[in-house]
Amino acid sequence: MNTVASLAAPTVALVGNPNCGKTALFNALTGSRQKVANYPGVTVEKKVGRLTTPAGRVVQIVDLPGTYSLRARSPDEEITRDAVLGRLAGEVAPDLIVCVADASNLRLALRLALELKRVGRPVMLSLNMMDIARKRGIEIDAARLSRDLGVPVVSSVAVRRGGTDELLRELDGALASLPAAGASSWCAPDAGELRGGQHEADRLLCAAVRRTGERDAGTARVDAVLLHPVAGLAILLAILFVMFQAVFAWATPGMDAIEAGFHWLGDFVEMAPLPDLLKSFLKDGLIGGVGSVLVFLPQIVILFFFILVLEDLGYMARAAFLMDRIMGGAGLHGRAFIPLLSSFACAIPGIMATRVIDDRRDRLTTILVAPLMTCSARIPVYTLIIGAFIPDRDVWGFVGLQGLVMFGLYATGIAGALAVSFVLKRLIWRGSAGEPFMLELPDYKIPRLKSLAIGLWTRAAIFVRRAGTIILAMMVLIWLLATFPQPPEGATEPAINYSLAAMIGSAIQPLTAPLGFNWQINVALIPGMAAREVAVGSLGTIYAISGGEEAVDKIGQALSAQWSLATALAFLAWYVFAPQCASTLAVIRRETGSWTWMWVTFFYMLALAYVAAFATYQIASAFA
Amino acid sequence: MGFRGRIEALSAEHVGGGLPGPELERRLIELGFVEGADVELLHQGLFGSDPIAVRVAHATIALRRREAMAILVSAEIPT
Repeated sequence: MNTVASLAAPTVALVGNPNCGKTALFNALTGSRQKVANYPGVTVEKKVGRLTTPAGRVVQIVDLPGTYSLRARSPDEEITRDAVLGRLAGEVAPDLIVCVADASNLRLALRLALELKRVGRPVMLSLNMMDIARKRGIEIDAARLSRDLGVPVVSSVAVRRGGTDELLRELDGALASLPAAGASSWCAPDAGELRGGQHEADRLLCAAVRRTGERDAGTARVDAVLLHPVAGLAILLAILFVMFQAVFAWATPGMDAIEAGFHWLGDFVEMAPLPDLLKSFLKDGLIGGVGSVLVFLPQIVILFFFILVLEDLGYMARAAFLMDRIMGGAGLHGRAFIPLLSSFACAIPGIMATRVIDDRRDRLTTILVAPLMTCSARIPVYTLIIGAFIPDRDVWGFVGLQGLVMFGLYATGIAGALAVSFVLKRLIWRGSAGEPFMLELPDYKIPRLKSLAIGLWTRAAIFVRRAGTIILAMMVLIWLLATFPQPPEGATEPAINYSLAAMIGSAIQPLTAPLGFNWQINVALIPGMAAREVAVGSLGTIYAISGGEEAVDKIGQALSAQWSLATALAFLAWYVFAPQCASTLAVIRRETGSWTWMWVTFFYMLALAYVAAFATYQIASAFA
Repeated sequence: MGFRGRIEALSAEHVGGGLPGPELERRLIELGFVEGADVELLHQGLFGSDPIAVRVAHATIALRRREAMAILVSAEIPT
């Protein structure tokens, strides 16, 4: 594409209510790879794509965060408002606004469309998910609606091939004769204007839409069970429990295969005619280090599979509804449930998702406790230690003990987060009542295989990229630390005892001795700051080198031979709380706009980790 | 549960909570709570029957009882 054409490309902004399928439409129009979600507020970042219309016109499409009004209430909605009004620095106002509406839920979208008309740019209304609306017996007289509303109205089905043809044709027509920018008559509406707008929207709706059937029957039936006060909560817990059991059980074949692959690669290098030092670097440093992290890919894919399915189904908003009171008791907002649940995958998207929380204090609380949710990077560490120290047997006949311990670690993280937010609410931010919990519960939708696949692919790629870059670099660093300086002639102890790593490990030994940590753990914790799962590879490197014979896939056996159970449990306790992730801290700095909150997070987590590991080690030692 | 009615008025002045009255009123309107709209109570939470899920016209909105107090509804006489 040449620069002139891209400069001249007109900009079209997609604006709509949450859950209107705007992101799906954006994907269909631009073919970009993104997540399609079903709960309010997933589109936290402005997304830009390009498309070429049937007439050959290049158009820049901007996907803006979902909103009910331009009257911004959260940082997310401010982006939408400022983008629409052309107030964003370095951005031009859109040449055309496409108001995207869920065709089966038009009422609030029509009021938004009326508000958008006042911005002074051409507006087009796209009735999205028309297929679902038709199936539900909703008939929309698009011509009538277009006449009454005074803007072009098209229908679209984002998830069907050819479903955007009508929109593209209309876009061509509208862009061919763009009027000069009109003056914006928009200003934040007061209650009276909003009320008037909604009444007018209701009149338009009444004139142009005929519906048979009041409510989606399927959604009503499912909600009768899933939102039942008792059964609903029980099902939510059961879903979470199944999720964590599945992460363990289903991942095994894939993990075995990956492990075998890296083992074969290691053996291959071993046989190669290379100098010993280079062989050690390739086998112990590169292959062993990266392999011991990549092996957890199946578990991460399974976890994300569950999260994405629940999102696309529309269950996430229900989960927020069910959890609101429980979270509220701990000083958290019901909306914090979605960011916190995302944090089970990774705290970084979770912290970014807190932009949907309007109130600054509610948002800060959520950001501060999000890193306590057990992210997928902890899974490698937990799995390693649990596999090595917790016997693989069933309790009560059907529940795996290992899975149960894993569940316990997740529960500890959650309890820690609730406790911290409770303390924040009661002691630090006393007396300020929080933001009200108000959330639309969208109709259930069957997740699309394609959007699931795109979502899973994106997450897996991020993990593999991390393994290939930051983790790889850390592995090389660790290998260097553990290999140099080399032992003197006639040394009797294992080579690593003479290395730089041993010196660092011993230097901080007095600090970690009360936790039962040996110097090998101390060494592993330092690169673990870059990414939690690096600690696994580091332990592998350290023990593989010090043991000489052991292969990296035997890390667990090496640990169980050299650590006491108390040390292993203390290590787990440390990992529940420790701020072992530099990227999370960087995101907190960015999202809160202050170094203070980053350091507050770092030190409170460090303190909790130290206390928890100390208590665990002392208690476990006393019982041993 | 199952309560049906029609919104008569919004009165957010004395609700209290985290938002000033006029702001709460605007947010309720943005979610479709305007005079004349039909509402139905669909679901409620376990603890203190809070929060609640309300059908308002063609959408389902979850909110807490405290904020819902601002919505004055005349009950529909069951037929």
